[in-house]
Amino acid sequence: MAVYPLKPARKPPLKERGLIAWLRKNLLSSPFNIALTIFGVAILYMIIPPFIKWAFIDANFVGNSKADCTGDGACWVFIKEKLNMFIFGFYPQDILWRPKVVMLGLVALLIFAKFVKGFNKLKLFLIVIYPIIGYILLHGGYFGLEVVETSKWGGLLLTLIIASVGIVLSFPIGVILALGRQSKLPIIRSLSIFYIELIRGVPLITVLFMASVVLPLFFPQGVDFDKLARALIGISLFEAAYVAENIRSGFQAIPKGQYEAADSLGLTYWQKMGLIILPQAIRVTIPNLVGTFISLFKDTSLVMIIGLFDLLSMVNVAANDRDWLGMETEGYVFVAFIFWIFTFGMSLYSKYLEKKLDINKKG
Amino acid sequence: MRFLRDEKIRGILYQLITIVGFVLFIVYIAQNTATNIEQRGIKTGFDFLNSTAGFDITESPIPFSPQHTHWDVYKVGLLNTLIVSFWGIVFSTILGLIIGVWRLSSNWLINRIAAAYIEIFRNIPLLLQILFWYNVVLATLPSTRNSISIGDIIFINNRGFFMPDFKLQEGAWIVGLAVIVAIGLVVWLVKWANRKQELTGEQIPVFLYSILILITLPTIAYFIAGEPISATYPVLKGFNFEGGKVYTPEFLALLFALTIYTATFIAEAIRSGIEAVPKGQKEAAISLGLSPWQRLRLVILPQAVRIAIPSIINQYLNLIKNSSLAAAIGYPELVTIFAGTSLNQTGQALEILLITMLTYLAISLIVSLILNWFNNKMKIKER
Repeated sequence: MAVYPLKPARKPPLKERGLIAWLRKNLLSSPFNIALTIFGVAILYMIIPPFIKWAFIDANFVGNSKADCTGDGACWVFIKEKLNMFIFGFYPQDILWRPKVVMLGLVALLIFAKFVKGFNKLKLFLIVIYPIIGYILLHGGYFGLEVVETSKWGGLLLTLIIASVGIVLSFPIGVILALGRQSKLPIIRSLSIFYIELIRGVPLITVLFMASVVLPLFFPQGVDFDKLARALIGISLFEAAYVAENIRSGFQAIPKGQYEAADSLGLTYWQKMGLIILPQAIRVTIPNLVGTFISLFKDTSLVMIIGLFDLLSMVNVAANDRDWLGMETEGYVFVAFIFWIFTFGMSLYSKYLEKKLDINKKG
Repeated sequence: MRFLRDEKIRGILYQLITIVGFVLFIVYIAQNTATNIEQRGIKTGFDFLNSTAGFDITESPIPFSPQHTHWDVYKVGLLNTLIVSFWGIVFSTILGLIIGVWRLSSNWLINRIAAAYIEIFRNIPLLLQILFWYNVVLATLPSTRNSISIGDIIFINNRGFFMPDFKLQEGAWIVGLAVIVAIGLVVWLVKWANRKQELTGEQIPVFLYSILILITLPTIAYFIAGEPISATYPVLKGFNFEGGKVYTPEFLALLFALTIYTATFIAEAIRSGIEAVPKGQKEAAISLGLSPWQRLRLVILPQAVRIAIPSIINQYLNLIKNSSLAAAIGYPELVTIFAGTSLNQTGQALEILLITMLTYLAISLIVSLILNWFNNKMKIKER
């Protein structure tokens, strides 16, 4: 019997694997592609080295006054010195532990809600109760805590408050509106459609003006909302219309058989919606909802125009300090970076969810 | 209470309760508003539209002085909103197309640059971008005397961009007519060429002919009419430029920010439109022997456009609504001067905000009507 010894395996062809092959395929496959690559490198060369030079090499990190900023680059000393202002606004310096506890609590709550399984009722309870605890801690007036008016709240703290309250409030309103729009009852349906289309047709800023100027006229004298409450009402009512449209698109993804199955089981309308349709619709539309919440987060910066001091308006406040004139650039870059971290993080999360839900569909 | 178990009766009952609740709510609000307005001595009604405004507007496409009425303020504001939105839509579409095509490029570097552009500018609040352009970039441009000059025709300084202004003179209508005739000819040419291709299979280079018609006809008309379009150039006199057309920093900051921000969404819409075309379509086109350009033009794009256009039009709508953020830097558009200055002067917040919101609503409705018309026209005709 003939013996056929195994031949040693050949090495992979140099031109098809490894770094050189990758470069060939993705950057240099044709003369046109080479030109594109050179063009891309030129763009990067024009943007990245000057930015790095400004932000790091020529920048000043040490010191505590404008005089310490001797280089040509960014003056990060400004950010360092004003950091408390960017985060807490005009909150009294000696009781900063209160906003710190609230913010840490929020982070802890989010981690608990995301990573600990079960305890669903407790989670819901905490989400509902936490704004109240947070308000008591921040505003004071109870348990011997010193009162801090909402006009003193500011910076990242205020941005986070507006964003989280806006999310928590706009969601249930949006669900109700979406149900109304799906309803077979003509009057309820047309009212919902009217509201949703009205709000989606106007800019947020007009709604905020409405909330801050006209809203007080709607209530008898003596009932007075402060500026923050008006902004919260405006933003929540505005975003609710967008949440409603997201959930409606979720409804449309639910097969008709689900409705029919629920009906044939003899479920009532609320049982059908609450137990069968809504859970599926919301699940399908979570990526869209996150998208809406991202734009809500970005939109919180508009409260600056009605005179609240959120993170963005802190740049103007801090750069108008006589000791720190002309520091807008550093301020805007810093604030843009913080906003970017939050929104980009949320969009990564939504992409992750999209993938996860997609796998579920296939499996 | 047996009748309550009937679904129909229950439905009517729910609606009755809703109506009664809604009406009570409205009446409650109306009453409170009436008493509040009376107590605070705020005027009501729309007479204020005819009273003089008493303030000036920095830039206006139509003549405006403090003697004009609040109704004129409204018109100026609306025109400025439309102007900045128009240019914003034009430029963001161009930029969005470029970035969208880059995003789809097989070149890894270009692809990544486009992705980075999208992820950076989409995730930073628009208001921040507007303020950055206004307070940082445009404010640190050189002063008037040290303007950056481009061929002594365009001047850039911290008071804005100064460009040549084109004035129409007698006989300019001939050129306008020529443009309209040229467009008409192109439309007819396209139809004729399509019919001819359907009947005989013969193809005509429509694109080339169209460009030729569009360039030559107006040019010939221009010279026949005796060069009726003249330009005035900006000239430095004393401390400022005279002549030419000025684009203020407010306008530019708003335009740049709107363009850069909206372009990210348009690029994404284009990308998702093209990616949504099933792979089999491309493979089928290849197996039919179509060239890459034919594949794109005849197979991929017609399907991608159907998916991308609705979301692009939605972005145009968002751009128009977002132009209201000009209130933060004082570009005199609808919200800044009408819902801002006029509101402060007259104190009639309810009426003014109502008019402003209705205006935006009308714009949105018109745009969505266009969108619906487009969707119906582009729908794949199934038999």
